[in-house]
Amino acid sequence: MECVFGLVGNDFAVVAADTSAVHSILVHKSNEDKIMVLDSHKLIAASGESGDRVQFTEYIQKNVALYQFRNGIPLTTAAAANFTRGELATALRKNPYSVNILLAGYDKETGPSLYYIDYIATLHKVDKGAFGYGSYFSLAMMDRHFHSGMTVKEAIDLVDKCIMEIRSRLVVAPPNFVIKIVDKDGAREYAWRESVKDAAVA
Amino acid sequence: MARYDRAITVFSPDGHLFQVEYALEAVRKGNAAVGVRGTDIVVLGVEKKSAAKLQDSRSVRKIVNLDDHIALACAGLKADARVLINRARIECQSHRLTVEDPVTVEYITRYIAGLQQKYTQSGGVRPFGLSTLIVGFDPYSGVPSLYQTDPSGTFSAWKANATGRNSNSIREFLEKNYKETSGQETVKLAIRALLEVVESGGKNIEVAVMTKEGLRQLDEAEIDAIAAEIEAEKEATEAAKKAPPKEK
Repeated sequence: MECVFGLVGNDFAVVAADTSAVHSILVHKSNEDKIMVLDSHKLIAASGESGDRVQFTEYIQKNVALYQFRNGIPLTTAAAANFTRGELATALRKNPYSVNILLAGYDKETGPSLYYIDYIATLHKVDKGAFGYGSYFSLAMMDRHFHSGMTVKEAIDLVDKCIMEIRSRLVVAPPNFVIKIVDKDGAREYAWRESVKDAAVA
Repeated sequence: MARYDRAITVFSPDGHLFQVEYALEAVRKGNAAVGVRGTDIVVLGVEKKSAAKLQDSRSVRKIVNLDDHIALACAGLKADARVLINRARIECQSHRLTVEDPVTVEYITRYIAGLQQKYTQSGGVRPFGLSTLIVGFDPYSGVPSLYQTDPSGTFSAWKANATGRNSNSIREFLEKNYKETSGQETVKLAIRALLEVVESGGKNIEVAVMTKEGLRQLDEAEIDAIAAEIEAEKEATEAAKKAPPKEK
């Protein structure tokens, strides 16, 4: 029931992910941040087994940092995506990770980009992508309303439309979402869309 | 004594490990490096031997960062340094991965010193021919630190230290002139110490400054400016020394 989706705009990329951590019929928490900041200009939105998700994305994050110290310059988004895919592929026929990833990044030379990496190490460079049951709805909405070179406002409107669709049409829809954006100024949190505050807070 | 210096794993009768001592000799031949700790800043300075005309000097970085908050300078065999620095960088990330915390300066120093020691107690290998100066800020306490390691694998913390060529003269100067400083004063002290043994000018020294915000390499112009300031101050004190007797 985890929903992750994203799209590329005119000079930015945006990803949204649900924030529920679920175990069988129990919701552990509904403010789990599944979009990791990989480095200053990359975001990794991951869904899947929560143990694998955290383990794998942290491992990628530390290796990306190591590359930067060794070589004095950061990895490009394409390089990071290919490295990630390579790690998934190597583990696949021994000890596979059950993690689906949308990697969004901004490079000075090539602008924003989004990479679709699924748990069996498929890699596609895409303008819009989605994982999970929510993808049936968010992909359809994005197919209808997406056009290349969208502004931030247009993109966030589309993201909200997708969230609306998921909330109304998916049977056990996650209540809360987090939206993060990456552009020339870096990767950062954009907004939360909460319809249910965590019980402890209330 | 010649019989006891072939292999690292052999003690001499009077308790020396000759290979380690020879490694220290290699360090003494390396370029001068100095480190000075201030209250809110740590400064590293390294002597730059005049670059060959055709060499791209940007590819020869003597002060490197191991992590966002840790930097290292060394004296001795640079190729050995590459290996140690690579292992240290991996350890910094590995530590972050396993305990979700950046390393402390003491931890990574202990790690590097441990590596250096391992190679003094193995068959068929030789010690690393370098001493390192490691600087940084501890992640949560924000305390600045300066540590030194050597080929034997010993390490300790310092307020200011030097290694490499003429390190004794630089250390003497530092012992005479060290006081708790901060910010630009610390930078000046480090450059003054290095200029005791190195020809003046931004071309001949590389200086980097570590603050809570991270590592910053000073560019040639900045170093030249500070060196000029130091020269001016020296001349002023010289003139002041000469003036009073004349007035009498």
